[in-house]
Amino acid sequence: MASPNYHRFDTLSLHAGQQPDSATGARATPIYQTTSFVFRDTDTAAALFNAERAGHVYSRISNPTNAVLEERISALEGGVGAICTASGQAAMHLAIATILDAGSHIVSSRSLYGGSHNLLAYTMPRFGIATTFVDPRDPDAFKAAIRPETRLLFGETLGNPGLDVMNIDAIARVAHDAGLPLLVDSTFTTPYLCRPFDHGADLVFHSATKFLGGHGVAIGGLLVDSGQFDWEASGKFPTLTEPYPGFHNMDFVEEYGPAAFIMRARKEGARDFGACMSPTTAFYILQGVETLPLRMQRHVDNTRKVVAFLDSNDAVEWVGYPELPTHPDYELAKTLLPHGCGAVFSFGLKGGRPAGRRFIERVRIFSHLANVGDAKSLVIHPASTTHHRMDAQALEAAGIGEGTIRLSIGLEDADDLIGDLEQAINASQRVVRAADSVSAK
Amino acid sequence: MNLTVDGHRVYAYTGAREFDAGCDPLIFVHGGGLDHSVWLLQSRYFAHHGRGVLAVDLPAHGKSGGEALGSIPAMADWIVRVMDDAGVDTASLIGHSMGALVVHEAAVRNPERIRCIVTIGISIPMPVTDALLSAAKADRHDAFDMVNIWGHGSRAHVGGNQAPGMWMIGTGVRLLERSPPGVLFADLNACNEYRDGLESSARITCPVHVILGADDRMTPVKAARPLLESLSDARVTVLENCGHMIMAERPGEVLDLLIAALENPAGK
Repeated sequence: MASPNYHRFDTLSLHAGQQPDSATGARATPIYQTTSFVFRDTDTAAALFNAERAGHVYSRISNPTNAVLEERISALEGGVGAICTASGQAAMHLAIATILDAGSHIVSSRSLYGGSHNLLAYTMPRFGIATTFVDPRDPDAFKAAIRPETRLLFGETLGNPGLDVMNIDAIARVAHDAGLPLLVDSTFTTPYLCRPFDHGADLVFHSATKFLGGHGVAIGGLLVDSGQFDWEASGKFPTLTEPYPGFHNMDFVEEYGPAAFIMRARKEGARDFGACMSPTTAFYILQGVETLPLRMQRHVDNTRKVVAFLDSNDAVEWVGYPELPTHPDYELAKTLLPHGCGAVFSFGLKGGRPAGRRFIERVRIFSHLANVGDAKSLVIHPASTTHHRMDAQALEAAGIGEGTIRLSIGLEDADDLIGDLEQAINASQRVVRAADSVSAK
Repeated sequence: MNLTVDGHRVYAYTGAREFDAGCDPLIFVHGGGLDHSVWLLQSRYFAHHGRGVLAVDLPAHGKSGGEALGSIPAMADWIVRVMDDAGVDTASLIGHSMGALVVHEAAVRNPERIRCIVTIGISIPMPVTDALLSAAKADRHDAFDMVNIWGHGSRAHVGGNQAPGMWMIGTGVRLLERSPPGVLFADLNACNEYRDGLESSARITCPVHVILGADDRMTPVKAARPLLESLSDARVTVLENCGHMIMAERPGEVLDLLIAALENPAGK
């Protein structure tokens, strides 16, 4: 026998989860834009409903187009299975709702996407699930915040917007020592730059809206199960280890072994919460994933050039990118993210809020909007948009200043991006000089 | 369901129905390094269609205690002791890979207790490469990878799982990783050393059904030919585009074949 190998990343990006269509021979993944699927006969119908046969019943729960995307992201992440969701937020909620109940508690990084912070800080408490926010750079802080009712640890591979690099290995050890799983939002890195499961994470979710899709035309999310967490040994997760009256008294660990979590998420969460992805959206996201390795490399290459430009610009007070020695996570990033630290980062412009406002008004190639991970370069002012619900103290704790500007570097020619930034920075500094001149008089 | 055999706990999944030894029992036996969960769909189906089902975890596998038995004849005798403890007089046995050797040998040794056997992914002999044996003996992860890579057909390595959203290559390796140290080696070595099955095939009196994968690299169809020639009355099905992990790769077709085999064991 030849030396055995799994298919590698670039191959899986194009092929995983899909065979040429059995009905037509179509090479591309067909969009199965259908709500439901005809049963072969009554016995097959009953068997599908009772998990005696595998297959599709209703597209809220599963769909052939979505299934290709689910398999593909599972393959790229090194997991056992995945579920497409209506958005990244829906994926995060599905993860929480699958294993937590009222009275449960989460320990989370405090450097989060604003939507995730809202969900944990304001919305989940209404359902009896509390969260303690801690410094993502301090695994001991995660450990100290764990309570008897804690059921989940959570953070982002690259914290938003300060790019705090999550020490996944260390925090996973803290979680596992306490019999708890670690959930990671891997949106900013994608599996091309980091596979959290390889570092001990148990669950991963993505806003597929961002780099996975890459085109900015579709909202979607993906929740992936590593299959590595031993739910039974933990003894803290009855939704997975005790009979579930809502599905034929199924004991998910007994029946599905390493796939217990993702099966419960589908059989309960997809069924009851219903935040499913449209098959057409799954098709759009798949088009992006096919070129993920090429695009992510270009994102990183462009970002490095832009970071170098900003880092040497006198009007820039600081640049927060973990590949710079000035970043607090420089050393960790070298080991955890050797292929790059993504394409979203922030910098501080001299002149504070007025300079920042003028900068954003003057960019021509960068688009001012609330998204990241598009093929096109984007810019935003977090304090007035994504994180506007945070007070000054919370902003400071999350590493956001009033003049912080966040960039998402796209796939354009890097020199054009640098030229655009340069003219906008120059314009912003004219505002500063004018203000200085007025105050001097 | 928990049984006790040789003083050790034996776990058997009953298809989410209470086991009834009087309901034409079926006993499912998994392959090396695996557990009862490989039979999930099939065992649930038959349990909900009037059959008593025991999908056992062999000793030291899954939730069963004890130590790995280390030889196919020992496992075959153990299956009969499981039947005794469960109050089963006669049963049909379904086995995959190492489990297929076990049910084959059980039918050789206990023809009066076995009504029918279905062997999936089988060849006799079932040689194991030195590279795999040595990796397994050292409890190296690449032993799991070799089983997982060679065990799945080329189609499975791309995907298109009948179970929506499940990446069977990932599931396969996670399941193997749950195998305690030394167990995979004991299983592979048992397969490698089992040599007597061909000569003793003539002692099998019950109907035999064989399911093979055309793309199986661990028990290739050509390697199964001596066994098939020794079982002149066996019903044989070769599934195209299918490797060795046949229940994972083609669960629907396997269930259809089992329904046909077990509802009409002697059918031609």
